[in-house]
Amino acid sequence: MELIWDIVISAFLVIGGIFGFVGSLGLVKLPDPMTRLHAPTKAATVGVGSVLIASMIWFAVKQDHLSLHELIVTVFIFLTAPVTAHFISKANIFRDWPADKLPRPAGEGEWAVHQSDADTSKEELAGEQETEATQQD
Amino acid sequence: MIRKLLPHPYLTLTLTGIWLLLANSYTLNSLVFGLLVGLVIPWMTSPYWPARPHIGHPIKIIEYMFVVIWDIIIANITVAKIVLFMPNAKLQPAWVTVPLDLIEPEAITVLAGTITMTPGTLTAELAADGHSLLVHCLHAPDVDAVRDEIKTRYEARLKEIFE
Repeated sequence: MELIWDIVISAFLVIGGIFGFVGSLGLVKLPDPMTRLHAPTKAATVGVGSVLIASMIWFAVKQDHLSLHELIVTVFIFLTAPVTAHFISKANIFRDWPADKLPRPAGEGEWAVHQSDADTSKEELAGEQETEATQQD
Repeated sequence: MIRKLLPHPYLTLTLTGIWLLLANSYTLNSLVFGLLVGLVIPWMTSPYWPARPHIGHPIKIIEYMFVVIWDIIIANITVAKIVLFMPNAKLQPAWVTVPLDLIEPEAITVLAGTITMTPGTLTAELAADGHSLLVHCLHAPDVDAVRDEIKTRYEARLKEIFE
Protein backbone atom coordinates (compact mmCIF):
# COMPACT_ATOMS: atom_id res chain seq x y z
CA MET A 1 0.00 0.00 0.00
CA GLU A 2 2.80 2.34 0.99
CA LEU A 3 4.52 1.67 -2.34
CA ILE A 4 1.40 2.47 -4.40
CA TRP A 5 1.05 5.89 -2.77
CA ASP A 6 4.76 6.52 -3.30
CA ILE A 7 4.31 5.77 -6.98
CA VAL A 8 1.23 8.01 -7.28
CA ILE A 9 2.96 10.92 -5.53
CA SER A 10 6.10 10.60 -7.63
CA ALA A 11 4.03 10.35 -10.80
CA PHE A 12 2.33 13.66 -10.01
CA LEU A 13 5.70 15.24 -9.16
CA VAL A 14 7.22 14.03 -12.43
CA ILE A 15 4.24 15.31 -14.45
CA GLY A 16 4.55 18.66 -12.69
CA GLY A 17 8.27 18.72 -13.42
CA ILE A 18 7.74 17.95 -17.10
CA PHE A 19 5.19 20.73 -17.56
CA GLY A 20 7.34 23.16 -15.58
CA PHE A 21 10.22 22.30 -17.90
CA VAL A 22 8.06 22.72 -21.02
CA GLY A 23 6.91 26.12 -19.74
CA SER A 24 10.49 27.28 -19.19
CA LEU A 25 11.62 25.84 -22.51
CA GLY A 26 8.84 27.73 -24.24
CA LEU A 27 10.11 30.93 -22.66
CA VAL A 28 13.48 30.33 -24.36
CA LYS A 29 12.32 28.82 -27.62
CA LEU A 30 9.30 30.84 -28.75
CA PRO A 31 10.10 33.67 -31.17
CA ASP A 32 8.54 36.93 -29.86
CA PRO A 33 7.25 38.48 -26.60
CA MET A 34 3.58 37.77 -27.26
CA THR A 35 4.08 34.05 -27.93
CA ARG A 36 6.54 33.83 -25.03
CA LEU A 37 3.79 35.05 -22.70
CA HIS A 38 1.98 31.77 -23.36
CA ALA A 39 4.68 29.70 -21.70
CA PRO A 40 4.26 30.77 -18.04
CA THR A 41 0.48 30.16 -18.07
CA LYS A 42 1.30 26.54 -18.87
CA ALA A 43 3.79 26.06 -16.08
CA ALA A 44 1.38 27.77 -13.71
CA THR A 45 -1.62 25.53 -14.42
CA VAL A 46 -0.85 21.85 -14.89
CA GLY A 47 2.77 22.11 -13.70
CA VAL A 48 2.05 23.74 -10.35
CA GLY A 49 -1.32 21.98 -10.11
CA SER A 50 0.09 18.48 -10.13
CA VAL A 51 2.86 19.37 -7.64
CA LEU A 52 0.11 20.67 -5.34
CA ILE A 53 -1.95 17.49 -5.78
CA ALA A 54 1.15 15.47 -4.90
CA SER A 55 1.60 17.60 -1.79
CA MET A 56 -2.02 17.08 -0.71
CA ILE A 57 -1.75 13.31 -1.15
CA TRP A 58 1.56 13.24 0.75
CA PHE A 59 0.12 15.07 3.73
CA ALA A 60 -3.05 12.98 3.74
CA VAL A 61 -1.31 9.61 3.44
CA LYS A 62 2.06 10.03 5.12
CA GLN A 63 1.23 12.56 7.82
CA ASP A 64 -2.39 11.61 8.52
CA HIS A 65 -3.21 15.26 8.33
CA LEU A 66 -5.73 16.92 6.03
CA SER A 67 -3.97 19.76 4.26
CA LEU A 68 -5.97 21.97 1.95
CA HIS A 69 -3.53 24.89 1.88
CA GLU A 70 -2.77 23.86 -1.66
CA LEU A 71 -6.24 24.82 -2.87
CA ILE A 72 -5.53 28.38 -1.76
CA VAL A 73 -2.29 28.40 -3.74
CA THR A 74 -4.28 27.32 -6.80
CA VAL A 75 -6.89 30.03 -6.22
CA PHE A 76 -4.24 32.73 -5.89
CA ILE A 77 -2.46 31.55 -9.04
CA PHE A 78 -5.73 31.60 -10.95
CA LEU A 79 -6.41 35.12 -9.69
CA THR A 80 -2.97 36.63 -10.27
CA ALA A 81 -1.63 34.94 -13.42
CA PRO A 82 -4.24 36.36 -15.84
CA VAL A 83 -3.85 39.86 -14.38
CA THR A 84 -0.06 39.76 -14.78
CA ALA A 85 -0.34 38.39 -18.31
CA HIS A 86 -2.85 41.08 -19.17
CA PHE A 87 -0.58 43.86 -17.91
CA ILE A 88 2.47 42.53 -19.71
CA SER A 89 0.59 42.18 -22.97
CA LYS A 90 -0.94 45.65 -22.57
CA ALA A 91 2.57 47.12 -22.16
CA ASN A 92 3.76 45.11 -25.12
CA ILE A 93 0.87 46.22 -27.35
CA PHE A 94 1.55 49.81 -26.32
CA ARG A 95 5.19 49.49 -27.40
CA ASP A 96 5.13 47.27 -30.47
CA TRP A 97 1.63 46.93 -31.89
CA PRO A 98 0.12 50.04 -33.45
CA ALA A 99 -3.64 49.91 -34.10
CA ASP A 100 -3.26 49.10 -37.80
CA LYS A 101 -1.36 45.87 -37.07
CA LEU A 102 -4.18 44.46 -34.91
CA PRO A 103 -7.69 43.31 -35.83
CA ARG A 104 -10.37 45.92 -35.10
CA PRO A 105 -12.61 45.69 -32.03
CA ALA A 106 -16.20 44.67 -32.83
CA GLY A 107 -17.85 47.97 -31.90
CA GLU A 108 -16.68 51.50 -32.54
CA GLY A 109 -13.57 52.94 -30.96
CA GLU A 110 -10.13 51.49 -30.42
CA TRP A 111 -8.51 49.00 -28.07
CA ALA A 112 -8.18 50.48 -24.59
CA VAL A 113 -4.41 50.97 -24.89
CA HIS A 114 -4.81 53.14 -27.98
CA GLN A 115 -7.52 55.31 -26.51
CA SER A 116 -6.74 57.49 -23.53
CA ASP A 117 -10.32 58.15 -22.31
CA ALA A 118 -11.53 54.55 -22.18
CA ASP A 119 -14.40 53.97 -19.76
CA THR A 120 -15.52 50.40 -19.25
CA SER A 121 -17.48 50.80 -16.02
CA LYS A 122 -20.78 48.98 -15.70
CA GLU A 123 -22.94 52.10 -15.76
CA GLU A 124 -21.29 53.17 -18.97
CA LEU A 125 -21.91 49.79 -20.61
CA ALA A 126 -25.52 49.59 -19.46
CA GLY A 127 -26.11 53.19 -20.58
CA GLU A 128 -24.70 52.42 -24.00
CA GLN A 129 -26.92 49.41 -24.40
CA GLU A 130 -29.96 51.49 -23.57
CA THR A 131 -29.08 54.15 -26.11
CA GLU A 132 -28.47 51.43 -28.70
CA ALA A 133 -31.89 49.96 -27.94
CA THR A 134 -33.62 53.33 -28.24
CA GLN A 135 -31.78 54.00 -31.47
CA GLN A 136 -33.06 50.73 -32.90
CA ASP A 137 -36.65 51.63 -31.98
CA MET B 1 -30.92 46.46 6.78
CA ILE B 2 -29.53 43.04 5.96
CA ARG B 3 -28.18 44.42 2.72
CA LYS B 4 -26.33 47.06 4.67
CA LEU B 5 -24.80 44.62 7.13
CA LEU B 6 -24.13 41.93 4.53
CA PRO B 7 -23.31 43.79 1.32
CA HIS B 8 -21.70 40.79 -0.39
CA PRO B 9 -22.93 37.43 0.96
CA TYR B 10 -20.86 35.40 -1.51
CA LEU B 11 -17.75 37.35 -0.53
CA THR B 12 -18.49 36.60 3.12
CA LEU B 13 -18.67 32.88 2.35
CA THR B 14 -15.51 33.00 0.24
CA LEU B 15 -13.53 34.89 2.88
CA THR B 16 -14.62 32.48 5.60
CA GLY B 17 -13.56 29.56 3.44
CA ILE B 18 -10.23 31.17 2.61
CA TRP B 19 -9.59 31.89 6.30
CA LEU B 20 -10.25 28.25 7.18
CA LEU B 21 -7.87 27.09 4.44
CA LEU B 22 -5.18 29.60 5.46
CA ALA B 23 -5.40 28.58 9.11
CA ASN B 24 -5.33 24.96 7.86
CA SER B 25 -7.28 23.84 10.90
CA TYR B 26 -10.98 23.05 10.83
CA THR B 27 -12.16 23.81 14.35
CA LEU B 28 -15.00 25.93 15.74
CA ASN B 29 -12.38 28.44 16.79
CA SER B 30 -11.17 29.18 13.26
CA LEU B 31 -14.73 29.06 11.90
CA VAL B 32 -15.82 31.84 14.27
CA PHE B 33 -12.81 33.97 13.49
CA GLY B 34 -13.25 33.30 9.76
CA LEU B 35 -16.88 34.43 9.93
CA LEU B 36 -15.78 37.55 11.76
CA VAL B 37 -13.26 38.33 9.01
CA GLY B 38 -15.89 37.51 6.38
CA LEU B 39 -18.40 39.89 7.94
CA VAL B 40 -16.11 42.83 8.68
CA ILE B 41 -14.13 43.02 5.42
CA PRO B 42 -17.13 43.24 3.01
CA TRP B 43 -18.76 45.78 5.32
CA MET B 44 -15.63 47.95 5.46
CA THR B 45 -14.93 47.77 1.71
CA SER B 46 -18.54 48.17 0.53
CA PRO B 47 -18.17 51.93 -0.24
CA TYR B 48 -15.59 51.01 -2.88
CA TRP B 49 -17.72 48.22 -4.33
CA PRO B 50 -21.33 49.35 -4.24
CA ALA B 51 -22.86 47.10 -6.90
CA ARG B 52 -23.47 43.42 -6.24
CA PRO B 53 -22.98 41.01 -9.16
CA HIS B 54 -26.13 39.11 -9.92
CA ILE B 55 -25.63 35.36 -9.94
CA GLY B 56 -28.62 33.54 -11.35
CA HIS B 57 -27.47 29.93 -11.35
CA PRO B 58 -24.82 29.22 -8.68
CA ILE B 59 -24.98 25.47 -9.49
CA LYS B 60 -23.72 26.16 -13.01
CA ILE B 61 -20.50 27.53 -11.54
CA ILE B 62 -19.48 23.99 -10.60
CA GLU B 63 -20.16 22.75 -14.14
CA TYR B 64 -18.18 25.68 -15.50
CA MET B 65 -15.23 24.87 -13.21
CA PHE B 66 -15.08 21.27 -14.40
CA VAL B 67 -15.31 22.31 -18.06
CA VAL B 68 -12.43 24.78 -17.55
CA ILE B 69 -10.23 22.32 -15.63
CA TRP B 70 -10.75 19.66 -18.31
CA ASP B 71 -9.93 22.17 -21.06
CA ILE B 72 -6.81 23.30 -19.21
CA ILE B 73 -5.49 19.73 -19.06
CA ILE B 74 -6.26 18.98 -22.73
CA ALA B 75 -4.89 22.31 -23.94
CA ASN B 76 -1.73 21.91 -21.84
CA ILE B 77 -0.88 18.70 -23.67
CA THR B 78 -1.56 20.31 -27.06
CA VAL B 79 0.63 23.29 -26.24
CA ALA B 80 3.40 21.10 -24.78
CA LYS B 81 3.49 19.28 -28.13
CA ILE B 82 3.74 22.62 -29.96
CA VAL B 83 6.58 23.87 -27.75
CA LEU B 84 8.53 20.61 -27.85
CA PHE B 85 8.07 19.39 -31.42
CA MET B 86 6.96 22.20 -33.69
CA PRO B 87 9.66 24.33 -35.35
CA ASN B 88 9.17 28.07 -34.92
CA ALA B 89 8.84 28.57 -38.67
CA LYS B 90 5.66 26.51 -38.72
CA LEU B 91 4.11 28.37 -35.81
CA GLN B 92 1.12 30.53 -36.75
CA PRO B 93 0.45 33.03 -33.96
CA ALA B 94 -2.70 35.07 -34.54
CA TRP B 95 -4.82 37.84 -33.05
CA VAL B 96 -8.55 37.25 -32.62
CA THR B 97 -11.25 39.78 -31.80
CA VAL B 98 -13.93 38.26 -29.58
CA PRO B 99 -17.09 40.39 -29.56
CA LEU B 100 -18.77 40.22 -26.15
CA ASP B 101 -22.42 39.70 -25.27
CA LEU B 102 -21.66 39.92 -21.55
CA ILE B 103 -22.15 43.26 -19.80
CA GLU B 104 -21.34 42.53 -16.15
CA PRO B 105 -17.71 43.53 -15.46
CA GLU B 106 -17.37 40.49 -13.17
CA ALA B 107 -18.47 38.14 -15.96
CA ILE B 108 -16.06 39.73 -18.45
CA THR B 109 -13.24 39.41 -15.91
CA VAL B 110 -13.98 35.72 -15.40
CA LEU B 111 -14.10 35.16 -19.17
CA ALA B 112 -10.79 36.98 -19.70
CA GLY B 113 -9.17 34.99 -16.89
CA THR B 114 -10.46 31.73 -18.31
CA ILE B 115 -9.09 32.54 -21.75
CA THR B 116 -5.66 33.28 -20.29
CA MET B 117 -5.56 30.18 -18.08
CA THR B 118 -6.42 27.80 -20.91
CA PRO B 119 -3.05 27.50 -22.61
CA GLY B 120 -2.80 28.48 -26.25
CA THR B 121 -4.95 31.58 -25.91
CA LEU B 122 -4.28 34.75 -23.95
CA THR B 123 -6.44 37.79 -23.29
CA ALA B 124 -4.27 40.68 -24.39
CA GLU B 125 -6.59 43.65 -24.39
CA LEU B 126 -10.08 44.97 -23.82
CA ALA B 127 -11.72 47.35 -26.28
CA ALA B 128 -12.12 50.93 -25.09
CA ASP B 129 -15.92 50.57 -25.19
CA GLY B 130 -15.75 47.27 -23.27
CA HIS B 131 -17.59 45.25 -25.92
CA SER B 132 -14.78 43.08 -27.26
CA LEU B 133 -11.66 41.25 -26.13
CA LEU B 134 -8.41 40.97 -28.05
CA VAL B 135 -7.12 37.41 -27.75
CA HIS B 136 -3.68 36.22 -28.82
CA CYS B 137 -3.36 32.62 -30.01
CA LEU B 138 -0.10 30.70 -29.91
CA HIS B 139 -0.95 28.55 -32.91
CA ALA B 140 -4.23 29.10 -34.72
CA PRO B 141 -4.51 28.07 -38.36
CA ASP B 142 -8.28 28.70 -38.11
CA VAL B 143 -8.95 31.97 -36.29
CA ASP B 144 -12.75 31.82 -36.58
CA ALA B 145 -12.88 28.40 -34.90
CA VAL B 146 -11.05 29.78 -31.85
CA ARG B 147 -13.47 32.67 -31.56
CA ASP B 148 -16.53 30.43 -31.94
CA GLU B 149 -15.20 28.02 -29.33
CA ILE B 150 -14.69 30.82 -26.79
CA LYS B 151 -18.19 32.14 -27.49
CA THR B 152 -20.03 28.84 -27.30
CA ARG B 153 -17.99 27.03 -24.66
CA TYR B 154 -17.28 29.76 -22.11
CA GLU B 155 -19.30 32.86 -22.84
CA ALA B 156 -22.64 31.08 -23.24
CA ARG B 157 -22.13 29.32 -19.89
CA LEU B 158 -21.11 32.55 -18.14
CA LYS B 159 -24.18 34.25 -19.55
CA GLU B 160 -26.33 31.59 -17.91
CA ILE B 161 -24.50 31.96 -14.58
CA PHE B 162 -24.68 35.75 -14.45
CA GLU B 163 -28.29 36.11 -15.56
